[in-house]
Amino acid sequence: MLISISELRKFYRMGEIEVRALDGVDLEVDAGDYLAIMGPSGSGKSTLMNLIGCLDTPTSGEYILNRQAVSGLDDTELAHIRNREIGFVFQTFNLLRRATALANVELPLIYARMPAAKRRQQALEALDRVGLGDRVKHQPNELSGGQRQRVAVARALVNRPSILLADEPTGNLDSKTSEEIMSLFDELNSAGNTIVLVTHEKDIAKHARRTIRLLDGRVVSDGRRDDSRAQP
Amino acid sequence: MIWDNFRIALQAIRANKLRSLLTMLGIIIGVAAVIAVVSIVQGLNHVIATQFEGVGVTYIMVFPRQDLQDPDLAGREVTLTYDDGLAIMEQAGGLELFNPVFYRGEQTRSGDRRHPTMLLGIGPSHQEVSNHWVDKGRFFSDLDLQRAARVALVGRKVIEELELDEPVLGSDLIVGASTFTIIGIMEYKGEMMGQNQDDFVLVPITTARDIYGVEAVKQLRLDFKATGPETVDLAKDQIGEVLRRRHRIPEGTKDDFRVLLQEELLERTGAILGTVTSVVGGVVSIALLVGGIGIMNIMLVSVTERTREIGVRKAVGARKSDILVQFLTEAVTISLVGGLIGVLGGWGLGILGAKAIPGFPPAHVPLWAIALGFGFAAIIGIFFGTYPAAKAASLDPIEALRYE
Repeated sequence: MLISISELRKFYRMGEIEVRALDGVDLEVDAGDYLAIMGPSGSGKSTLMNLIGCLDTPTSGEYILNRQAVSGLDDTELAHIRNREIGFVFQTFNLLRRATALANVELPLIYARMPAAKRRQQALEALDRVGLGDRVKHQPNELSGGQRQRVAVARALVNRPSILLADEPTGNLDSKTSEEIMSLFDELNSAGNTIVLVTHEKDIAKHARRTIRLLDGRVVSDGRRDDSRAQP
Repeated sequence: MIWDNFRIALQAIRANKLRSLLTMLGIIIGVAAVIAVVSIVQGLNHVIATQFEGVGVTYIMVFPRQDLQDPDLAGREVTLTYDDGLAIMEQAGGLELFNPVFYRGEQTRSGDRRHPTMLLGIGPSHQEVSNHWVDKGRFFSDLDLQRAARVALVGRKVIEELELDEPVLGSDLIVGASTFTIIGIMEYKGEMMGQNQDDFVLVPITTARDIYGVEAVKQLRLDFKATGPETVDLAKDQIGEVLRRRHRIPEGTKDDFRVLLQEELLERTGAILGTVTSVVGGVVSIALLVGGIGIMNIMLVSVTERTREIGVRKAVGARKSDILVQFLTEAVTISLVGGLIGVLGGWGLGILGAKAIPGFPPAHVPLWAIALGFGFAAIIGIFFGTYPAAKAASLDPIEALRYE
């Protein structure tokens, strides 16, 4: 079991009102799984994503990632987990503007304190893997949307994390490019990477093997696609 | 990691060239002012030190001291005579040579050119005592002194001002109402603090006595040369004792003479230059403070602008301390680059400034001033960069990633 979440709650206070963004979520994810989290806006999917990605700490409940209880960790320990266990892919790519594709991909390795030569080699491998071996010296503004997201995927992969977390990864892309990025995810999953993606688009979610739906901070459905379609 | 941060900082500076330059301006001005002033002051110090070294620390001067404001001295006839000098040589220890000097301002004339200068009537040991030698021609002979010959030694400035024709040696020079034959030219000394050191006429003291009478007997300057640097202080004390006894100055009353050591002169000029430096230092610290506030301001802007970048960095594993160090490095880099420009600019300014003032010694930048300039810049970067960097480090990654 890679992820084991039980009774996870996250409450915010907005003035006088208490917002129950997550209200008791149980979730288990196996290594190698391909999970889509769906739900309308305000359903808590982003909150769940942030908690899984260790960007946030829950109000209550337990979260075990890779046999490690994450719920009680402090800032520095969470940064370490994010660095080693998690690879983020964002809707808006979130690449550093003035850095080359290579420098962007190297970023997590810098914080892993990896020596420069090894860092560079590993980053080049990751860029190769997403099909951008010939674009490593380009800056984000010299790349197309799809290429930028590929750089972001390479950055997420470069540290060989336990999970790839993608938050609306195709939200800013046209449908053709979306398909390309999703087939990249499919490939990565086939190669053994665990992928969790948050989306509100059914077309995107159907790439995943398992889909959970959230509503008002609770899991309302949890379904697995039949395996004939799961292995292309 | 440090290198990575440094590279990121340089990238950020390059990306906003004008903004970075404006931010650095305070630091640049501050550091440049420090370096410029220090370089000029050090140039002065250097020259003064070498000039005093030339004269030697064994040079002691005794002046008559007249002060009509002082109840102890007013109404008393102040004298300092050749006999005082002889008595000092006899009774005070640690002295090697004695030279009496009569001095007064006097008009010199040659043809229709006139030039006011300093006339010095001197004894036979003048060269050794003041360490200032004849360059061309000869010094006064014993015979010149015995006969009170009308012969003179001149400084370069006098030759220049009077436009004396070659050969200078052997030509006539009118000083006051008397005519002298020039028998020698003294070696060139140059200028010190805007004051020409070559503007004088030397004549034998006996000749001066002959011309100026009692004036050239009663109020002399007595120059001595101590046997070594270690005897100077003792000699100063004993000169005081001898003169107080001879002048019958009661205990507790002020002396009617003043003993001046080269060392003290050096210390006194050093103290004046030190004051100049610290006053400028005060003004400069305000410039640096303003510069620091500028850096803080621009770093806060930078943190806000790069909120998303901070979010991304945190998402991929940057710890608080990583972000803190990154932004602190950036602040320090800005201030150090400013410091570098300031050091170079100040250096250039010092050189130009020293050249622009006539008779000023060349600027001299000591290593410690450069270190000081950079040190200040670094401290300011750290001090004023800490708050913005801490602000960046404490950003919530989720908020930061959502920031538009």
